Amino acid sequence: MTAEAGVAAPHRALPKSFAWGALVKDAAIGAAVALVLAVPLVGFRVVEINGDVTLTTRFTWVGIGVVSVFVGRLALGLWRGSRPAERKRSGALVAPLSRFGRRHATGVAWAGIGFAAILQFLPFTTRGTVDLATEILTYVMLGWGLNVVVGLAGLLDLGYVAFYAVGAYSFAITATTFGLSFWEALPIAGLLSALAGILLGFPVLRLRGDYLAIVTLGFGEIIHILLQNWTSLTGGPNGIGNIPRPGLFGLVFAASAPPGETTFHQFFGLDFSPSQRIDFLYYVVLALALIVNLFTLRLRRLPIGRAWEALREDEIACRALGINPTNVKLSAFAIGAMLGGFAGAFFATRQGFISPESFTFVESATILAIVVLGGMGSQMGVVLAAMVLVLLPELRFLAEYRMLIFGAAMVLIMIWRPGGLLSHRAPTILLHGARRP
Amino acid sequence: MNYLLQQLVNGVSLGAIYGLIAIGYTMVYGIIGMINFAHGEIYMIGAFVSLIAFLALGVAGVTYVPLALLLVLVIAMIFTAVYGWAVERIAYRPLRSSFRLAPLISAIGMSIFLQNYVQLLQGARVKALQPVVEGGITLATGDFPVRVSFLQIFILAITFVLMAGFSYVIAATPLGRAQRAVEQDATMAALLGVDVDRTISLTFVIGAVLAAVAGMMVLLYYGVIDFYIGFEAGIKAFTAAVLGGIGSLAGAMLGGLLIGLIEALWSGYASVEYKDVMVFVVLILVLIFRPSGLFGRPEVEKV
Repeated sequence: MTAEAGVAAPHRALPKSFAWGALVKDAAIGAAVALVLAVPLVGFRVVEINGDVTLTTRFTWVGIGVVSVFVGRLALGLWRGSRPAERKRSGALVAPLSRFGRRHATGVAWAGIGFAAILQFLPFTTRGTVDLATEILTYVMLGWGLNVVVGLAGLLDLGYVAFYAVGAYSFAITATTFGLSFWEALPIAGLLSALAGILLGFPVLRLRGDYLAIVTLGFGEIIHILLQNWTSLTGGPNGIGNIPRPGLFGLVFAASAPPGETTFHQFFGLDFSPSQRIDFLYYVVLALALIVNLFTLRLRRLPIGRAWEALREDEIACRALGINPTNVKLSAFAIGAMLGGFAGAFFATRQGFISPESFTFVESATILAIVVLGGMGSQMGVVLAAMVLVLLPELRFLAEYRMLIFGAAMVLIMIWRPGGLLSHRAPTILLHGARRP
Repeated sequence: MNYLLQQLVNGVSLGAIYGLIAIGYTMVYGIIGMINFAHGEIYMIGAFVSLIAFLALGVAGVTYVPLALLLVLVIAMIFTAVYGWAVERIAYRPLRSSFRLAPLISAIGMSIFLQNYVQLLQGARVKALQPVVEGGITLATGDFPVRVSFLQIFILAITFVLMAGFSYVIAATPLGRAQRAVEQDATMAALLGVDVDRTISLTFVIGAVLAAVAGMMVLLYYGVIDFYIGFEAGIKAFTAAVLGGIGSLAGAMLGGLLIGLIEALWSGYASVEYKDVMVFVVLILVLIFRPSGLFGRPEVEKV
């Protein structure tokens, strides 16, 4: 190749010193490792035939896997070799979208809220759409709650579902035994969840952050075991049913009112339709989510919120400046737990029935995946990630692989795009004159 | 009295298994200061590889039990070690200089991934294995005979041999020296010519090998496994590591034994349903009253 040809070649061309040997060797090593990894678990499958445990083989899968690792590794090496200058990017996955979102944050937020508010009246909206949107908003609420803990305060909570469960069960129990309505029991549910958070957080938050992760992981499991076995309080595996539905200022959503009460359709002179309740629940969760959002956005600007973010960045510096790390962390943990409790109470009232089945580690992992994928600390990112994670399993062929994809996505995002889908880890408050990174 | 003795025997065998897993946690925590959440899953993979190896040997016609045990042990160790190595290489090494939460999140992602990987490949149903090692010794007769099965003796013997070999590796080989050096100060060790990446990789490999042995033993001991066993065992083994003092190998083993005993005695005398809750309560109590554990050094944070 002459020098002129080298200049004229497209900019993607490989540099002259490109080491093909090393590349092939690297790919071959990758393929060899993949072979060893795949042989036992992919190559053989344990099956039970007529009560007899035996093995079946599927070595074609192993072959396909090894070849694709080789090709993939080679392609990755080529791609990296051809664009050395651009390796050091740490932006968002959807960089242009992110840039647009940051520049027009308020506009996008209002457009989103507007769309959510009129969703019911759009021509293509069906009952299923509203149900799905309600589910998304529940996850958005949970994601925003966990975002306070993980994104703002930098504490890893792997058992967030525990507070969700505490909220759901305390609402269900207070509502069914003391006859409290949704709006009366909601603050109690939040308070009890916050209390659970304080009780759990107090011993652990004095220590290094990593302990919190494993303790919360254990706590999520303990709550699950308690729900299963404390039959007199939680109903055990049968759960709690007949949880009251929320009303609108005393108006109930039912075909006929219980004695002494008025139904929604009677009061407004409408015909009864079961979708009224579903639509109403949608607005309840929309309102709750917006309140949560407003609450966190305000908190971020208060001294306590700034302390959270400062603590996330550098704990030692914070301590030197006179911030008590334990109390600050505890407040974030308790507020996160409270928001989870609100979401739990809403979940209980929406379903009308709860059982331990709904509060497993998978749920905690999903909520964490929403926060991580969305970009820790980003409110808008959580909305986007919640939509992706709820809608993804709607594609039937992907439903089975949902958790596999979440797990892999969490690893890949940490490696390639620690900022998440929408990158936003910038502190809310900066010194005068300092520029946003 | 005999009942208590029997529970102690069961508790010690169970504790040996937890101890082996706990070493993996404690070593990794000591050397790179992170909780390897995927370690429980490595143990689960070890159990699955062992099951598959047993079945494959059965198909191949190896019926002599000691030979089968040895072969399965070696196979499980090798394949699981590669899993341990790969997890470190893929999910942790690129994150060495990332922000504090990144390796933890990556670890939990890896754990979720491996759990579902095994579930999808091998099915969600519980897998059973016919008892391989049968028989035992009766220690005390009476209305409640105390029995030590050959399997329990096998578990304790293997654990003892591994612990002895492993302590030797840490104390007297170049690898052990490198490990202790990296644990104290990775930058300084690198400046003095220790290959830090290789040392960390080998730490994961050793942890995975021990977890594989634990997986094989749990398969033999209970006879049933499923893709979810790593989660619970992981929390318990981590508790054992914290109880013994994180970073201390002898502590991890002792912590494992204590957790095994607590679990056996609690399920023997109180309630089986809440045995896992008990272990968790121990974890919280240790963190409140003695966060550095039995043998650990108090943690000093440097700027």
